[in-house]
Amino acid sequence: MDLQYKMDLNDGIASITLSGSLDATNAGTFQEELKKLIGQDVKKIVFMAKDLTYIASAGLRVMIFAKQRIGADVQVYLVGAQEAVLDVVKMSGLDTFMTIQKEFEG
Amino acid sequence: MTNRIDLHPTHSHGEFKLRAGKPLPFGTTLVPGGVNFSVFSRFATACDLVLFKKHAPTPFAEIPFPREFRTGNVFSMIVFDVDYENIEYGYRMDGPYDPENGHRFDKEKILLDPYAKLVSGRDVWGKEPDWNNIFPHRGQILADDFDWEDDCQLETPFEDLVVYEMHVRGFTAHASSKVKHPGTFAAIRDKIPYLKDLGINCLELMPIHTFDEFENSKISPVTGERLLNYWGYSNVGFFAPKAGFAATGKFGMQADELKNTIKTLHKNGIEVILDVVFNHTAEGNENGHYISYRGIDNKTYYMLTPEGYYYNFSGCGNTLNCNNPIVRNMILDCLRYWVTDYHIDGFRFDLAAILGRDQNGAPMSSPPLLETLAFDPILGKCKLIAEAWDAGGLYQVGSFPSWGRWAEWNGKYRDDLRKFLKGEPGLAGAVSQRIQGSPDLYQWEARENCASVNFITCHDGFTLMDMVSYDGKHNEANGENNSDGGNDNHSWNCGWEGSSEDDEVNRLRVKQIKNAAAMLLISHGTPMILAGDEIGNTQYGNNNAYCQDNELSWLNWDQLSENAEIHNFFKQMIALRKTHPMLRYSSYAQNAAADVEVSWHGTSAWHADWSGEARTLAFMCRRWQSDERRAFEPDLYVAMNMHWDAHGFELPGLENGRRWHVFANTDMPHPQDIATPGNEILLDNQHDFMVGPRSVVVLIGK
Repeated sequence: MDLQYKMDLNDGIASITLSGSLDATNAGTFQEELKKLIGQDVKKIVFMAKDLTYIASAGLRVMIFAKQRIGADVQVYLVGAQEAVLDVVKMSGLDTFMTIQKEFEG
Repeated sequence: MTNRIDLHPTHSHGEFKLRAGKPLPFGTTLVPGGVNFSVFSRFATACDLVLFKKHAPTPFAEIPFPREFRTGNVFSMIVFDVDYENIEYGYRMDGPYDPENGHRFDKEKILLDPYAKLVSGRDVWGKEPDWNNIFPHRGQILADDFDWEDDCQLETPFEDLVVYEMHVRGFTAHASSKVKHPGTFAAIRDKIPYLKDLGINCLELMPIHTFDEFENSKISPVTGERLLNYWGYSNVGFFAPKAGFAATGKFGMQADELKNTIKTLHKNGIEVILDVVFNHTAEGNENGHYISYRGIDNKTYYMLTPEGYYYNFSGCGNTLNCNNPIVRNMILDCLRYWVTDYHIDGFRFDLAAILGRDQNGAPMSSPPLLETLAFDPILGKCKLIAEAWDAGGLYQVGSFPSWGRWAEWNGKYRDDLRKFLKGEPGLAGAVSQRIQGSPDLYQWEARENCASVNFITCHDGFTLMDMVSYDGKHNEANGENNSDGGNDNHSWNCGWEGSSEDDEVNRLRVKQIKNAAAMLLISHGTPMILAGDEIGNTQYGNNNAYCQDNELSWLNWDQLSENAEIHNFFKQMIALRKTHPMLRYSSYAQNAAADVEVSWHGTSAWHADWSGEARTLAFMCRRWQSDERRAFEPDLYVAMNMHWDAHGFELPGLENGRRWHVFANTDMPHPQDIATPGNEILLDNQHDFMVGPRSVVVLIGK
């Protein structure tokens, strides 16, 4: 299933709801979408990942991009991720710079 | 400045925009807007870059390198706007097919880049490949964005290491490991608490470079199972981690998973040493197939006979031409890459004697490759460990060129200790040398005693449990009529060949294992333990399990509870070693600079029996009188009775009101066999100790 995403920015919290699979075929356009956040007053980026079924390395790199480019102090959250996605995040070591939550707690 | 264009296309080929590339570095490099491809070939007349969509059966593009894109013997090209995460690449090389003169170019073949940082094709371990694939091992491009945070090499002093040799898959493939992703890098991370509890501080990983587990695979005549190239001492790609060892290999994320595993090991104080195999490749001899090197520049990469056949000093069909300057640089680039990009702490070089042979195979006195590695600035804090022999008969234990940097797997330590353990007479002299870090082998060159990596078992040969359970090898399941594997095992089955119901036999075996553990961990030098020996792992007498990807090789973690007393013994001996710096000093006692006095004893104090009949030996370790630490550090005494009868050992007297306490006595049943450091039991009789048959006693004078 292709990636679908929805982005809202409220009070410095960018909430991005993801569904489907985030891989090399769609990571580029998704990253372009994230670039729109550059220069805006973003404190937190929250990936709502309940319906994300698969993430490949290209997808993980988009999350790294979010952390590194959108703002030095921005906090990244991964919320409600399925086990398969969470596994990949943990095994590749990305769990150290994202806050992983079941429900977004802020 | 953001819109400035540094690199713009100057050429095109079909839809592809191109520019002359940078010859260095070799391999692929991401550059603004594209990818730099660079490959060396001295004798090729032309080269094409071949691009595939991921997993596609046929290429979607072949781009010839224009003449002006070749500099010297290097083809380099920048290709713009490639979807680098979604492609696979290789090369076609044109040139002479003239085996007598060393050339085997074949333009029909698509070849793996020798510098490929990721290799796809065997992404999931043991998954049967498509045998019709025209390009089975494909290069992929790796982004360089792993976040190491504050991680760096640990630089643990050599003498403080306790090395644990492990097969990545075999360590957790067994269901009893209870890990989420058995047999993977990620699973090692799950087992870190176990490793820390045991006390080891260095993993030596058997080959993790890309290899093909289906190389020479066949059906076992005994079990009917498919036998795989399980150990992996046969390289496909030197720069790429084995995807099938990563739970995320199917996503192409093996590099991230391995890096994360190393980072987490480092956080827990555990170093990582790689077993590297630079003596040959997986391409075999003249009947072998094309993967990379033979099609890219056969005459450069391989040692060839004057008639153009492959020299076989490796016993594996071909021999990498390690002292050709190009190959030498590749090896150096490779090791530097693993140090800078993977934070590897050291390397163990398989059949390292080959690395000291010249291009005609003759041993050199000062081999340039070994010297280069010894003095390389990037490898400057790396452990360099040689397996100081090869399959061509060159045996260099004690004489491997070192420049004060190279350590050796001490094969003589293994052989002498094994003979002593099984009760052969006349080994007291040899064993005294081995326990002191083998000064007879290494002191002549003023090498530190950490030149010696001490081991009694390693992946090659019996496990420790099998060493005390089998007189002979039982390799029938390998399908070679039990002709493979070594015959010089110096093992003893304790009275029954193989698994036994006899309590007395089993008790003796456990005791012999503890004797071995005690001797290994009190020896000066760097101890190495084979993974699983601490839980009594058996391979059912197979001493060459290179093709056994099954329960024969895999660690059975149920043994941790079944053999809890063996595990505890190893753990406490490691703890003892860590508690007493005298067991880890880095210079030889005879050396004027040394600060530790080692004295040798026998059944009489101060009189060791060096005769040809001796099966007993004892030694004491303490600081020199002039050393201020003598007042604070306890004395150590170890009695080893490898005779089948008990013997009384007269104990050397202690000074300053100190008294002898028992730390370990392998003759005692668990839990009286060993204490925890600091909780040793005071001896009633301070003058004599009755050491049981085939037993080791460790005393602390405090």
